[in-house]
Amino acid sequence: MKFSVKKRRASDEGDLTPMIDMTFQLIAFFMILINFSESELSEEIKLPTSALARPPKDILDYKIILNIDEDGAVLMDGLKIANIDLLNPLFSREINQAQREGKSPQQITVILRGHEDTQTGDLQRLMAKCQENDLEVFQLRVKEKR
Amino acid sequence: MKFRRDLSRKEDTRLNMTAMIDIVFQLLAFFIITFKITTQETDFNIKMPLEAQGSPTDVIPDLIQVTLRSGEGRNISAIEVDNMLVQERFDGPDMFSELTNFVEKTLATSGDPTTANEVEVEFIIDKPLRYRYTIMAIEGVSGRVLPDGSTKKLVEKIKFRN
Repeated sequence: MKFSVKKRRASDEGDLTPMIDMTFQLIAFFMILINFSESELSEEIKLPTSALARPPKDILDYKIILNIDEDGAVLMDGLKIANIDLLNPLFSREINQAQREGKSPQQITVILRGHEDTQTGDLQRLMAKCQENDLEVFQLRVKEKR
Repeated sequence: MKFRRDLSRKEDTRLNMTAMIDIVFQLLAFFIITFKITTQETDFNIKMPLEAQGSPTDVIPDLIQVTLRSGEGRNISAIEVDNMLVQERFDGPDMFSELTNFVEKTLATSGDPTTANEVEVEFIIDKPLRYRYTIMAIEGVSGRVLPDGSTKKLVEKIKFRN
């Protein structure tokens, strides 16, 4: 018995063009959506929600992001600081950096990301500590209520 | 002159895409893994300069003092405005509506609408109070959401008394 072998070797490989098209589309989609700028925000902080607060209008030149967890400990630059007196050198460093570029401490915005169950007193102590370091512009960060 | 077409090398004209597909899938995996869905974060602006000692202030804005009392389970138990009890019961979705009504009424009775921007709210808050109630109270004095979805601004200047 004789089998006829068809010579269709070229079409044995599937056409990869649509798959590559789709894959590049997906890569483009995820690349556009990726956001590295907010990487200093702590994930474990559950922010309170608000329907009234508005997203920030302009990008801040100088900002210090302070996360306050449920127990009142401060998370800054990846460090967990339970005693807020230890924040002074960190504030000085930020202020010096801003001053080198001609900005005063009053032009630095302190963004406070407080956990919704933290004690308001802890937050107020932190604000007082900032004021001791001449930082006086604050933003209380909340999550948008939909 | 005769040109010989080399038919045996026809298949080599196809590009080998294996390496590219490998890299593309690596990239895709990276972006999918680092992707996270988050809701938009928004801000309440608060300016709290240290009070200059002994220096006279130029303009004294109308000041509304709002006191938030903490009760059982560190939840809110009472709101006082200028030492007057405004709200003691907190239930329903719009918990701070009475505070909003009070502030709105105060602004309406202050006469000249151009000076309404000068009204300042100072919060005196019991230390153990949960932060979420502080935010709700700030929201309550800073405006209200109207039924059509737009917002009405009330007080913009907010500060805390330590």
